[in-house]
Amino acid sequence: MTAERTDVLIVGAGPAGLSAALELKRLGVPRVTVVDREPQPGGMPRLCHHTGFGVWDFHRMLSGPQYARRYVRLAEAAGVEIRTETTVTGWADDHALTLTSPAGTGVLQSDAILLATGVRERPRSARLTPGYRPRGVFTTGSLQRFVDERHLPVGKRAVIVGAEEVSLSAFMTLTGAGLEVAAIVTELPRHQMNYFPYAPVKWLLVDMLHRVPVLTAARVERILGRFRVEGVEVSPVAGGERRVIPCDTVVFTGDWIPEHEVARSGELRMDAGTRGPQVDFAFRTSRAGIFAAGNLLRGAETAATSAAEGRRAAGWIARFLQGAPWPKVRLPVVAEPPIKWVFPNALSADTLRGEQPLTFRTADFVENAVVQVSQGNDVLYRQSFRYLTPNRTFRLDAAWLPRVALRGEPVRIRVA
Amino acid sequence: MHPVYDVAIIGAGAVGTAVARELSRYHLKIILLEAKADVGMGTTKANTAIWHTGFDAKPGTLEARLLRRSYALMEKFVPEAGIPTEPLGGLLVAWTEDQYHTLPSLLERAHTNGVTDVRIISAEDVYRLEPRLNAGAWGGLFVPGESLLCPFTLPLAFATQAVINGAELRLNFRVQGIALEDGITRIVSEDGQTVAARYLVNAAGLYSDEIDRMLGHHDFTVTPRRGELIVYDKFARTLINHIILPVPTPITKGVLISPTVYGNILLGPTAEDLDDKTNTATSRQGLEMLLEKGRAILPDLMKEEVTATYAGLRAATEHKDYQIRLHAGQRYVCAGGIRSTGVSAAMGIADYIGGLLSEAGLELRPKDNFLPVHMPNIGQAAPRPYQQPERIAQNPDYGRIVCHCEKVSLGEILDAIHAPIPARTLDGLRRRTRAMQGRCQGFNCQAHIVDILARETGQDPRVLLALEKFPADPADDGGQS
Repeated sequence: MTAERTDVLIVGAGPAGLSAALELKRLGVPRVTVVDREPQPGGMPRLCHHTGFGVWDFHRMLSGPQYARRYVRLAEAAGVEIRTETTVTGWADDHALTLTSPAGTGVLQSDAILLATGVRERPRSARLTPGYRPRGVFTTGSLQRFVDERHLPVGKRAVIVGAEEVSLSAFMTLTGAGLEVAAIVTELPRHQMNYFPYAPVKWLLVDMLHRVPVLTAARVERILGRFRVEGVEVSPVAGGERRVIPCDTVVFTGDWIPEHEVARSGELRMDAGTRGPQVDFAFRTSRAGIFAAGNLLRGAETAATSAAEGRRAAGWIARFLQGAPWPKVRLPVVAEPPIKWVFPNALSADTLRGEQPLTFRTADFVENAVVQVSQGNDVLYRQSFRYLTPNRTFRLDAAWLPRVALRGEPVRIRVA
Repeated sequence: MHPVYDVAIIGAGAVGTAVARELSRYHLKIILLEAKADVGMGTTKANTAIWHTGFDAKPGTLEARLLRRSYALMEKFVPEAGIPTEPLGGLLVAWTEDQYHTLPSLLERAHTNGVTDVRIISAEDVYRLEPRLNAGAWGGLFVPGESLLCPFTLPLAFATQAVINGAELRLNFRVQGIALEDGITRIVSEDGQTVAARYLVNAAGLYSDEIDRMLGHHDFTVTPRRGELIVYDKFARTLINHIILPVPTPITKGVLISPTVYGNILLGPTAEDLDDKTNTATSRQGLEMLLEKGRAILPDLMKEEVTATYAGLRAATEHKDYQIRLHAGQRYVCAGGIRSTGVSAAMGIADYIGGLLSEAGLELRPKDNFLPVHMPNIGQAAPRPYQQPERIAQNPDYGRIVCHCEKVSLGEILDAIHAPIPARTLDGLRRRTRAMQGRCQGFNCQAHIVDILARETGQDPRVLLALEKFPADPADDGGQS
């Protein structure tokens, strides 16, 4: 195996990875290498052939592929080395990854490694949806690959499982491919889609809700059809009569799980809530020199959020390369049900000024919630929320951070 | 005029393909008939993927005898042919006092069956071998010879070796009727093809009773026994070191937790008698029962992601033993009722059937040049192409990874599509390469693979995706896909 060196090795050429690379170049880091397993760089936005990208980063409305191309062009122009069709197959040692590409196998060493491997939607099998295993079952991601990347046929009539923001993306892809959407099914009592700040997306959502019935507090009991999907059997979560919705396509949307294979095989400490690597405000994982950013940390946020995280992580990586010490003490931040996860989920000494808010999601709808931050018996902070909606991200002010005792008990976030 | 074959074999599962392979070492004209679009599509592909020693078989039965015979034959064949296997050993755990007291009789049974390395171990030793097991074990029986096996590669290896040694494989041949006249057996398919042969072997698995009736026998009835299974993520693999077996009951071997040769963990099977020989759907009750059992045996397993669920049907009969019979007058051997041990016993069964056919007058004249078979080893324990720089240097497609979860390269996918028994369907490709079998279940690579398969085989993607009417019986019928 050939061992090479670079100054910063970034895994994943999506919005987080590429924006981190750009920022590192701007900060004067000589060699920045981004590896990606796909034949094309750009990450998930490449697959989203609809509008809604770029308002925050580029101050204009772009499609996903346009947005991805912009980042790739900027990175290439800045001198970032992007290696596609390059798969990370493991860790050679603490600061080196093993790679496979059509050029062969190799080891790439780097003092600083940024993991930005993204996220996937939980497939039907992981949700334990019973029935036969016919063709015609998708996630939003696989649907977009079928329709927009490969131009393959997908059917005539679809049911969407899940009613969060990405479900709207599935709806747009399905209707764009000429399918009728028969229903949207969610186990939760209401849909969780946001009336986005951009008017065009808001009207798309209003239009969808006008055209498609949303079956709430309902779940898919069974997938019907042996060779091709012929329908889904849906019943109320609380029990009751089952009904069959005929369709030839089912799209499982959302229910994110971080693509954490490289992180877990590197034995980074993982967070039970996010299922991503545990990180502090500086995007530092439990291992010195290993950073993580983007959707790998907690499931899907907007591309702009991931890109902003990549930029912020780059600043901390640059400081680390200049000799800033790795924190010795890390205090976990623990989410308690119904809070599903909180991010960041670790605190360390040099990031307690409370400039950035924390973010969190809940598992259930909660009205008039008071979210309480405590350490041991001390209540550090309380913040009121009129509504908490699952599958949406909320911000928790961080002014309490300077009062945390870093060597004390874990900080707990709960609904009081 | 159609040719007359020396032997026709109905059914290309583990047993049928093993018989074809066994007979292809002789100067014989052989045809292997399969109703489905690929080999190994029935019970063979949806089971617990364990290479059994037969330690717990009922002593004196044909099953016990052929499992032992098979074990010796497979010890030679499996490594030669490159079948993925891992010799982990089985650990049968007694969870109650009653179960604990049955261990001595199980030990005695193992010894009677010639499996002499089995031993009873204490509860402390159980936890020394398997520290993550739930509390409450009374003790266990350690069975060193139980191994993992790839149930997909095995029948493909048998069939491939038969084919490269001159046997003919005819897929999508669903038998409708059988007629015996003038020493010739004529087998007619639903779509009107006729095959004539001097000798007939019935290895039709779930349908072996129906074939048997076409020849006028009413010796047994197959009841499909559904087994549902859950496959866990590779990150669960480090939780156990052995095949964790339950104490068997007369009905079933029970729910086990086992690693797989692909590096996952398997939980199952359920055992439920059905009427429908095609019902390979999973059910909410079945999966919930498995979760409950799994939680009781290995609580940490519940923290890991599920990769896949599937269901298979075993060919149970009203009898407690295999139903292998020679009807010499009809030059016909029935191999029915091969219940849950078919994969492990197939080579022993084939050896035995060769003997029965010879007894009935079939001349077995060995060939000088019986060609060996080498399958791509898709197991986690063998080096994979993506790890081999010399293979990538020869052909960069081995470094071009298409299925990221299972690290399957374009080179392996093209090899499978152009193999002696080629992959023609998505499920056939999965079973040959592992592509689409991983934690994302093909959600990242399926579109790409549909493209490759359609292009390389000239098939319409609408057919591969079952949007157009399928041929008589598609390969993607049930099971894991």
